[in-house]
Amino acid sequence: MQKWFKKHSYIVLMAPYVLMFSIFILIPVVVSVGLSFTYFNSVEMPKFTGLSNYIQLITNDDIFMQKVLPNTLIYGLFVGVGGYVLSFIMAWSLAQITRVPRTILAVILYSPSLTGGVLLSIVWGVIFSGDANGYLNALLLKWNWIETPILWLQSEKYLLPIMIIVSLWSSLGVGFLSMLAGILNADEEVYEAGRIDGIKNRFQEVIYITIPQVMPQMLFGAIMAITGTFTSSGVGTVLSGSNPTPGYAGQLIVNHMEDYAFIRMEMGYASAIAVALLIAIRLCSNVVNRLFGERGD
Amino acid sequence: MWGTGINPRYFHRSQLKFYAYLLPMAVVMLIPILYIIMTAFKPAEELYAFPPKLFVRNPTLNNFVNLFQVSSDTAVPASRYLVNSLITTVCVVVLSVIFSAATGYVLSKKHFRGKNTLLEINNMALMFVGVAVAIPRYYIIIFLGLKNSFWANVIPLLAMPVGLFLVKQFIDQLPDALVEAAVIDGATDFQILFKVIIPLIKPALSTVAIMAFQTAWTATEASTQYIESSNLKTFAFYISTLSNATGNTVAGQGIAAAGSLLLFLPNLILFIFMQSQVMNTMTHSGIK
Repeated sequence: MQKWFKKHSYIVLMAPYVLMFSIFILIPVVVSVGLSFTYFNSVEMPKFTGLSNYIQLITNDDIFMQKVLPNTLIYGLFVGVGGYVLSFIMAWSLAQITRVPRTILAVILYSPSLTGGVLLSIVWGVIFSGDANGYLNALLLKWNWIETPILWLQSEKYLLPIMIIVSLWSSLGVGFLSMLAGILNADEEVYEAGRIDGIKNRFQEVIYITIPQVMPQMLFGAIMAITGTFTSSGVGTVLSGSNPTPGYAGQLIVNHMEDYAFIRMEMGYASAIAVALLIAIRLCSNVVNRLFGERGD
Repeated sequence: MWGTGINPRYFHRSQLKFYAYLLPMAVVMLIPILYIIMTAFKPAEELYAFPPKLFVRNPTLNNFVNLFQVSSDTAVPASRYLVNSLITTVCVVVLSVIFSAATGYVLSKKHFRGKNTLLEINNMALMFVGVAVAIPRYYIIIFLGLKNSFWANVIPLLAMPVGLFLVKQFIDQLPDALVEAAVIDGATDFQILFKVIIPLIKPALSTVAIMAFQTAWTATEASTQYIESSNLKTFAFYISTLSNATGNTVAGQGIAAAGSLLLFLPNLILFIFMQSQVMNTMTHSGIK
């Protein structure tokens, strides 16, 4: 017994993590896929209904096709791709200045990503508050740009852009730190060699030397950007204070899923939306792997 | 020569162009945080002031006092939520650090069948988004008998794929000979883990600790979805109810800001103290 224990101690060491991982990450994904093929109202037992949830989602769910999907694409483009490019530019720029100011600025730029959901609603809720006491309204009124306060967070026109601004504000997270560390850690001799080989300007240097060297960190950063984008996509309901968001203007896949799961209690259909979300994340990661992954070797 | 290029040692005029946009950027990022800090210390008459001013004139601790008084009228005092959050956070930090270290060691230095599959599954889970599986998680919590239990705050947060990934990458940098030498000296895996590996990977473990702290300290899912008894809910949840209930009333803003500050500051302070360890870990965070 003791011999077995000694030989297989790696299993014992891994067991707690693997167990927790299976119960709270792996099994939920599998169960989600299973439930997506059923009708389930959370009271009766799930009834198998084949592909009907998916058919409903693609052919019959006008809100999903006309609002949720376009919103999610726009949001993903600005927050995911835009936030990622911003992270890289900021990391690269910080690497060009001396250590002490760099550290201070890096902490400042990183700190919004620490604020999380609860703070978001309080800070931005007041800045974009709909009455004249809101900071933005007060400023615009003072400068006579507007005559009456605007209901920013209840407006179909402004909600999505505000969500994008708020998410971009907190998008310099772990991926940003990773890219900064990667750029700082790059081999100085390669830069020397590049200059001798005829690199003319900083732009060429970034394209031909920095990016290839930091590729592994950039891949990690990209994955963190995807996770961050989909995780933060609940921000619309937090800001507007309602699900569905006013006129579905800020409705993203996550909100649509929560709407069906916790308000309409259609768990089967909500699971199908969740699976669509998981597929979307997987597709994004494939694109990212194409772009960064297999180039180095 | 050392004043330009990556990681310059000295200041040089050519660096000014970077400051030209980094400084305004930093100011934009800071304003909302500054706003929270200022609002938290504003007395009532300044909260009502029109037009609103960013800077506080007569700072006061009233909002913090009220934060704890508002709740003492109701059945559950704020201090109760605070204690729940503290216990939750300590458990999550300690356990997830140990789990990541043990599993990271095995996945980095041991050879066995299925290892690569496990690594790949974990790498895929880096992209895991918790909200996507909120429904099955809820039923799993019920199935495990964790509904309405304090441990529902802790247990779902223990597996952190990013934490395991960072620790494993960090251990990959340690030479295999180190482990082999310990094996020849007759050390068991547990001894190697605690006496050899853990002391050498402190930067990575601090990073995991910070990430676990952030997750646990600001988590509200368990309190909103799995737990009905107010006695067992967390401080972050309490603050989120404040912002909903008092949302647009001006007087509530001060209290909500005070609460948010208590949520945000520990995160920031921890990061400031450990930032060099975090940066050290991030150097090894690349995915090849």
